[in-house]
Amino acid sequence: KQASCVQYRLVVRDANTLQILQLYTCLDQIQHLEWSADSLFILCALYKRGLVQVWSLEQPEWHCKIDEGSAGLVASCWSPDGRHILNTTEFHLRITVWSLCTKSVSYIKYPKACQQGITFTRDGRYLALAERRDCRDYVSIFVCSDWQLLRHFDTDTQDLAGIEWAPNGCVLAVWDSCLEYKVLLYSLDGRLLSAFCAYEWSLGIKSVAWSPSSQFLAIGSYDGKVRILNHVTWKMITEFGHPATVNNTKIVVYKEAEKSPPLGHLAFPPPRAATGPLTSSESKYEIASMPVSLQTLKPAADRANPRIGVGALAFSPDNYFLATRNDSVPNAVWIWDIRKLRLLAVLEQLCTVRAFQWGPQQPRLAICTGGSKVYLWSPAGCVSVQVPGEGDFQVLSLCWHPSGDSLALLSKDHFCLCFLEMEKGVRMAFGQRGDCT
Amino acid sequence: MGDWMTVTDPESKTLSQYTSETKMSPSSLYSQQVLCSSIPLSKNVHSYFSAFCTEENIEQSISYLDQELTTFGFPSLYEESKGKETKRELNIVAVLNCMNELLVLQRKNLLAQENVETQNLKLGSDMDHLQNCYAKLKEQLETSRREMIGLQERDRQLQCKNRNLHQLLKNEKDEVQKLQNIIASRATQYNHDMKRKEREYNKLKERLHQLVMNKKDKKIAMEVLNYVGRADGKRGSWRTGKTEARNEDEMYKILLNDYEYRQKQILMENAELKKVLQQMKKEMISLLSPQKQKPRERADDSTGTVISDVEEDAGELSRESIWDLSCETVREQLTNSIRKQWRILKSHVEKLDNQVSKVHLEGFNDEDVISRQDHEQETEKLELEIQQCKEMIKTQQQLLQQQLATACDDDTTSLLRDCYLLEEKERLKEEWSLFKEQKKNFEKERRSFTEAAIRLGLERKAFEEERASWLKQQFLNMTTFDHQNSENVKLFSAFSGSSDRDTPTLHSRSRQKKPHGVPSGSPVCTSKLTKSLPASPSTSDFCQTRSCASEHSSSINVLNITPEETKPNQVGRECTNQKWSMSSRPGSQEGCYSGCSLAYTNSHVEKDDLP
Repeated sequence: KQASCVQYRLVVRDANTLQILQLYTCLDQIQHLEWSADSLFILCALYKRGLVQVWSLEQPEWHCKIDEGSAGLVASCWSPDGRHILNTTEFHLRITVWSLCTKSVSYIKYPKACQQGITFTRDGRYLALAERRDCRDYVSIFVCSDWQLLRHFDTDTQDLAGIEWAPNGCVLAVWDSCLEYKVLLYSLDGRLLSAFCAYEWSLGIKSVAWSPSSQFLAIGSYDGKVRILNHVTWKMITEFGHPATVNNTKIVVYKEAEKSPPLGHLAFPPPRAATGPLTSSESKYEIASMPVSLQTLKPAADRANPRIGVGALAFSPDNYFLATRNDSVPNAVWIWDIRKLRLLAVLEQLCTVRAFQWGPQQPRLAICTGGSKVYLWSPAGCVSVQVPGEGDFQVLSLCWHPSGDSLALLSKDHFCLCFLEMEKGVRMAFGQRGDCT
Repeated sequence: MGDWMTVTDPESKTLSQYTSETKMSPSSLYSQQVLCSSIPLSKNVHSYFSAFCTEENIEQSISYLDQELTTFGFPSLYEESKGKETKRELNIVAVLNCMNELLVLQRKNLLAQENVETQNLKLGSDMDHLQNCYAKLKEQLETSRREMIGLQERDRQLQCKNRNLHQLLKNEKDEVQKLQNIIASRATQYNHDMKRKEREYNKLKERLHQLVMNKKDKKIAMEVLNYVGRADGKRGSWRTGKTEARNEDEMYKILLNDYEYRQKQILMENAELKKVLQQMKKEMISLLSPQKQKPRERADDSTGTVISDVEEDAGELSRESIWDLSCETVREQLTNSIRKQWRILKSHVEKLDNQVSKVHLEGFNDEDVISRQDHEQETEKLELEIQQCKEMIKTQQQLLQQQLATACDDDTTSLLRDCYLLEEKERLKEEWSLFKEQKKNFEKERRSFTEAAIRLGLERKAFEEERASWLKQQFLNMTTFDHQNSENVKLFSAFSGSSDRDTPTLHSRSRQKKPHGVPSGSPVCTSKLTKSLPASPSTSDFCQTRSCASEHSSSINVLNITPEETKPNQVGRECTNQKWSMSSRPGSQEGCYSGCSLAYTNSHVEKDDLP
């Protein structure tokens, strides 16, 4: 099922046929939309009004409205059981936990305003929350079933930037803000398992990712390197640098190239097709010969948040691959082989890589660059797919269907679904447009 | 010079003219003599000459000549006079003789002159040449001096530059230091300011919180059509002490499950590794047994152990099923036997290598000249051997220690331990004797090498000294080993050939955990762990051991929590009571707000009132 919203309307469609299943009307413009884990409810946050509206798929007449009143609302999310909603008030004064099944409400004070301050274990049992009180960072672990505090401990961080549970739910990674390179690993019962610091003085961690097996913790930092820690000793196994030149015949470098139209096609007067969208020029991948030098961006040293360092990291669901993006080489995606701990392939796009996501079932990486194409990589090779339809469809972000068979592509005000069929290749179903937020 | 030459040339010509004229007038001869001797050179010699002797002054001139000649040492031109007053007669013969002599003299003189002239010329040219040379050399000297000055100047400049650069470097270093200090001070300042700001911010937040939350904001509400059931179908339970305990239990259960899962994985890995070891051992035995059947010249030292090993292994192989039960003892046997075999294999390979190298050497060189390379190779090998023996001894020590550490309080186990010790000692002795034998062998080899390579005696001496010192150290180590209680590190290195410390923790952990299956295993393990905890000296290992130990304590008996751990938990738990206020809605909203307005800090105060 697929939900989209148009201004103040919420549209639920079938993910295969794109038929409209439900239509809900909210009070104001929807700014955030989230499915509950059991897909029975949809949460629509209207931050401007401090309102959250919840709709049920099973009972269309059922509705729920939560008003945060003058406290305001900046974030809203589901708890993993799909029966509680966590609302963060303005200025991070507190987090309110509303229950859909009992008339209870709980408050959590002092949540920290940071990059990733709230994280649930994958089994939905525990919630870890970053807190800040008396100029010190704390982490509280709550039991999600009754929202009881299980553990509360302070972390040895200057300015905590994020927390993340390992997928097995037993280890919590805590990292400091970019001013200091520091990763702390805590057990579920609040013991400090290990601390890791790669270097001092310069800017530190930019991104962190757990491998799905909880075996590795990949840390991308501002020095353009990814460091991988193991789960036994919590020490570094390896370090992946992102050099601007690749000179190793074992590494495959895919270079996206514009497919120039055949010369005979350029007839005078130009045919009508040519007057159409210019952006529909096709592209393909070429395997570049070694050595390859990648386009690098010279970072402005005098600006805050410089475009350097590893800004995005993602493990494939089978643990075999790690995709990274170095922000100073914005057009390239590096794919590393985790079994051999070495670089496997580099994809150099024509435009800046906006987002990438691994397919949930198979090691397939979907990449979008803000153009009208979507790119897919798998160990067998890679392909660039043009989004059909007239007009400029700028793929700004993408999202896999849990089955891994289809892919939702989002532009500024349209979306479409891309179906992957093994025999025929890629079929693109252009969804009925809707304004997406 | 040239001018001089041209001047002299005509003169010599005229001279030769004179000399060629054999018959020459006496006057001219005379004039020549005069010319040479006293009378200054005049342009008109002849005219002068003609004026010298005339008809009138013959007598005078004769007397003059006589006088002159006698003064030069010639006999008198006059005859010896008998009487004083008698006029002396001119003696013609004397005159002629005199003239002849003069002529001879003249010729001689001319010859000498000529010689002198040529010599002069020669010397002149020589001098010319030398002068040229001199000039040239002078020039050269000048240029080199100039060059030298230039170089000196450049040197000076470079030195100057160097000094400047040094200064710059120093300055830069200072600058770096200064900047670092600045960064540090700024960071502290920044942190301080941040803290101040944050405090203010917190105050504001608090205020805002009070303002926003205290106001009976009717807006804050949830409108819901009807409450839905929980996802798991259960009803919400009351929050009591029981639920807290249950939560704790559940948390530990999860942790325990995780550790069990990991242990299982590690066990599996271990089993696989063991299988590989077994395989290796089998292959080694099969590889080494044919060698034993055709013993070589050194069969006496190696085959005995091989045979015993093989026998032992045969026994071991038959009870392969024991492997999974008690790895402790089997592991030792396995590792020991593998080590032995490996050593044998290695020595065999080395022997083969030696033979090959000898053959190689014989092919190329004289037999008694051993190349330095070979010698070095040999010493390297010896060193390697020593290293190996060292490692072996170390591991044995560790095993011994481990067994000591795993001592139980049971009588039977102590007995067992005793027998283990004896066994271990025997094994050590065995190893030691083997080692000694090997040493002897090497001594022999070395002797042969020394005979062959006298020139390398010095090196050998040094090596021997080193070895002696090593032996000493070895003995020292043997005595002091028990006190070096870096048990963890040793544990790791004992069971993995590599020095990598990270991976072996798996094995060690699994091994520590293994006895859990055995009923009497758990107390053993805990006692060991508690022992190992204070024993670990290095801070880097401390973390590991601590985590390891605590993992065990948590996995073995959940209730055994250290007091430091429980304290904050209790505080946290008590806090929750305050923090998590429940309220039924919408009727009792006020109750809810009064409950929620309780600050976290208050809870600490109120905690004391709670039973």
